[in-house]
Amino acid sequence: MTTHLTLDAVHDGDALPELAVEVTATTIVLGALAARDWRPMHHDHDFAVNRNGTQDIFLNTPNQAAWFERYVTDWTGPTGRLGRMKFRMSGSVFPGDTMTMQGTVVGVGIDETGCGWADLTVSLAVDGVTKTDCSVRVALPTGPDDNPWARRGDQWRP
Amino acid sequence: MNASEADTGLPADVEALIGAVQYEEVGEFPVEQGYVWTSCASVENGNPLYWDADTAARLTDGPTAPPTMLSVWFRPHHWSPGRDEQPMPLQVHFDLKQRFDLPEAVMSDNTIVFHTPVRLGDRLRTRQILRSVSGPKTTKLGSGRFWVIDVEYLNQHDELVGVESYTGFGYRREVS
Repeated sequence: MTTHLTLDAVHDGDALPELAVEVTATTIVLGALAARDWRPMHHDHDFAVNRNGTQDIFLNTPNQAAWFERYVTDWTGPTGRLGRMKFRMSGSVFPGDTMTMQGTVVGVGIDETGCGWADLTVSLAVDGVTKTDCSVRVALPTGPDDNPWARRGDQWRP
Repeated sequence: MNASEADTGLPADVEALIGAVQYEEVGEFPVEQGYVWTSCASVENGNPLYWDADTAARLTDGPTAPPTMLSVWFRPHHWSPGRDEQPMPLQVHFDLKQRFDLPEAVMSDNTIVFHTPVRLGDRLRTRQILRSVSGPKTTKLGSGRFWVIDVEYLNQHDELVGVESYTGFGYRREVS
């Protein structure tokens, strides 16, 4: 059954279910190609090590965004609509890493147009060390008949 | 160093680019289903909005692309007929690397604001705007400069579909 999270079920401090992913070279190369990112540090081990000075090829920025989106919408279901996402990478994710995503609700509210919002902090960590911090603002239905995707123009203020 | 550079710490030609619209261009291909599925598969995203036509029809009036795929639609093909040079996405970033003679670069911060949903068949238009360039900085990667570049995305109806802000660090590795 598909989740359809509504705003009334979300509260400050709520934790999102943790997601752990075993990262392989395929994860990284597939992610780079899915993002149409042809830069060699995301598929060429020799280039990554000897030109970039990193330990291996590493997960690219757009694919990290896709991982964050998947993590958040796994929680909200399809009626969750992303409004804003900001992330800062402090380290890289390499083949052989287990990346763990954890999220917390840090704000819940309804804006002046009646749109319901949840603000989240999400971290992506490897071996307990945060590699990327992310903040996400996601619109949620305020009731069973509400649909954030139906908002247009001035009714959508992310 | 001229007067402008003394005031801002930036060469005048770089200072002149801050806030200017550059590289306004239309994507090389329309938003398409295959790439949506490839992206979803790469992160095991089972959101029925992208896999189930009935859900898409009910919630979004038809199929859309995942919001975080914004940048995918303006990344050029790695090769196309008649092209002599490989075009660079986010060309302003590469221009700055060249301008400051910084051979390496990484992206640190990325902010994306999502507006009108991107739909299959859309042909997105993008434009790049340099927002800031720092003075010289040294990090564990090397010595260089940080810069912030906005990329605005519009659809064929001139509706804003999103804005991405990238913080890049161009650098030269320290020789030990």
